[in-house]
Amino acid sequence: MSTQLPERVHALDITQVRKVFTRKDRKTKRKPFTRRRREEVVALERIDLTVRRGEVFGVLGPNGSGKSTLIRLVSTLLLPDSGTLHIFGHDVEHDSFAVKRMINRVSVDAAFFKKFSATENLLYAARLYGLPAREARPRMREIMKRLGLEEETFDQPMEHMSRGMQQKVAVARGFLTSPTLLLLDEPTTGLDPHSKRDVQAFVREIREMHDATVLLTTHDMQEADRLCDRIAIIDKGRIVALDTPEGLKGLVASKSGGKTSMEDVFIELTGRSFEDAESEGES
Amino acid sequence: MSAFVREMRGAFAFVERNVNLMKRYWGWEVVWLIYSLTNALAITYIGNAMGMISGQEIDTEYVVTFLLVGALIWQYLVVIFYAISEMIAWERWEGTIEYTFMAPVSRPTHLVGTTLFAIGYGILRTLAILGIVVAFFKLDLGGANILGTVMMLLAGSVSFVGLGILAAVLPLLYPERGAQMTNAVAAILLLISGVYYPVETLPAWLQVIAKASPATYVIKGMRACLLEGRSTLQLLPTALTLVGIGLAVILLGLVIFRYVERYAKRSGKLKRSG
Repeated sequence: MSTQLPERVHALDITQVRKVFTRKDRKTKRKPFTRRRREEVVALERIDLTVRRGEVFGVLGPNGSGKSTLIRLVSTLLLPDSGTLHIFGHDVEHDSFAVKRMINRVSVDAAFFKKFSATENLLYAARLYGLPAREARPRMREIMKRLGLEEETFDQPMEHMSRGMQQKVAVARGFLTSPTLLLLDEPTTGLDPHSKRDVQAFVREIREMHDATVLLTTHDMQEADRLCDRIAIIDKGRIVALDTPEGLKGLVASKSGGKTSMEDVFIELTGRSFEDAESEGES
Repeated sequence: MSAFVREMRGAFAFVERNVNLMKRYWGWEVVWLIYSLTNALAITYIGNAMGMISGQEIDTEYVVTFLLVGALIWQYLVVIFYAISEMIAWERWEGTIEYTFMAPVSRPTHLVGTTLFAIGYGILRTLAILGIVVAFFKLDLGGANILGTVMMLLAGSVSFVGLGILAAVLPLLYPERGAQMTNAVAAILLLISGVYYPVETLPAWLQVIAKASPATYVIKGMRACLLEGRSTLQLLPTALTLVGIGLAVILLGLVIFRYVERYAKRSGKLKRSG
């Protein structure tokens, strides 16, 4: 979907965004005939972020850190409690239709009509985005082939496909509509190394060949290092650092003096290992 | 590309998707058809046995036709109601709700696609049931006003589209139980709308509520066409009133849906399985 976009406007501008969810408090014992108390869970705490046009911007953090909430806010599926989000100058809350035409999203667990084939699912997506079938059919085949899917799998039900194949179809669906801002929410989580490489190579290719901006969330340190121009490290709903991969590594290298990884950066900034942070986030 | 063409493509996406879902879940379609058919037959056999049960001479053919018209029209209206009220529930079952709500398709377009499918599907399904049921009973529809019947059916469809939108809000508000709640709405409509008996049989307070149900007027009008041969012109005011009520209910449904969609986005209830 080609859209005329002003050069100077940022692909994504997030200002002071806060998102809190409420859930039933299961820890406190409930008195008879009373409603269970609700507790607040802060998912994002006054986030500020700017993504430049054409950039691959990574959001790196453990499970439960707020990455997916951020992506769902950008993709118009959640509304912020306070703050604003703008995509190419369009307010996500008040001009959501214009925003929807510019974005597409690949989420961590690919959601499809399981009994439909890959072709049927992609054709449905194409029609939702206003693409004519005669244009969408050759394009979807080309993308699926490029992602390493065998042609004979195109017409088989999604439920017969492996997790890796389904995720590749999800990536194909994300690219099919040529979004100006592509939201990749842990697109390679759970994929085998070969599939992971295929998807990562395609993201690089898309970025080089098309005028697309990518917002990528991941908890794969190497993936963030390899694909992103800049990375924001997020922990407990707050951005704790934002820089280029080299810049982030430099923060720690200057202290330790040796060669550093993104994992070292995370430990230095949060005082916890990535595994510890993940188990906290899941509990 | 004009906005209209894009919206129409979006609407067609829902028609095609629902046709594909129907084909893939054909076993379920067969089960539901058998269920609806046996229900219609069982109810109509009650009419057939009325003379035997009461020990009095009654016009069995009239009673059978009276019940059959109610059963068939109800089958049609309830298919429209469920096809629309389940538009959110299906997305939740399949896990695609976030993808569909993120797509650049307006809710009225979503609704137009779902409604076109619902009406086509409802007509085909009702004709299939009618085709089988007429083999079981002797029906005399010689004096029936077919044009008036079609008019009342279409006018009634508008109201049920509106009721469907109102009920579709439930799976949006209650991710786990919303779909089952729509069954309660359908059951209440069945009770109060005079589907199998004249509304006058109900207690006075229920008769008041019955007046608010569009199904009451559809079924009454359909019986007037099929059993009494009432003219199209005589039924026109009722049909127009039904369309007017239907459009008002659709508008109300869309406003409420929009409000609830915002609430779901605010509270995080759009998540795929609740």
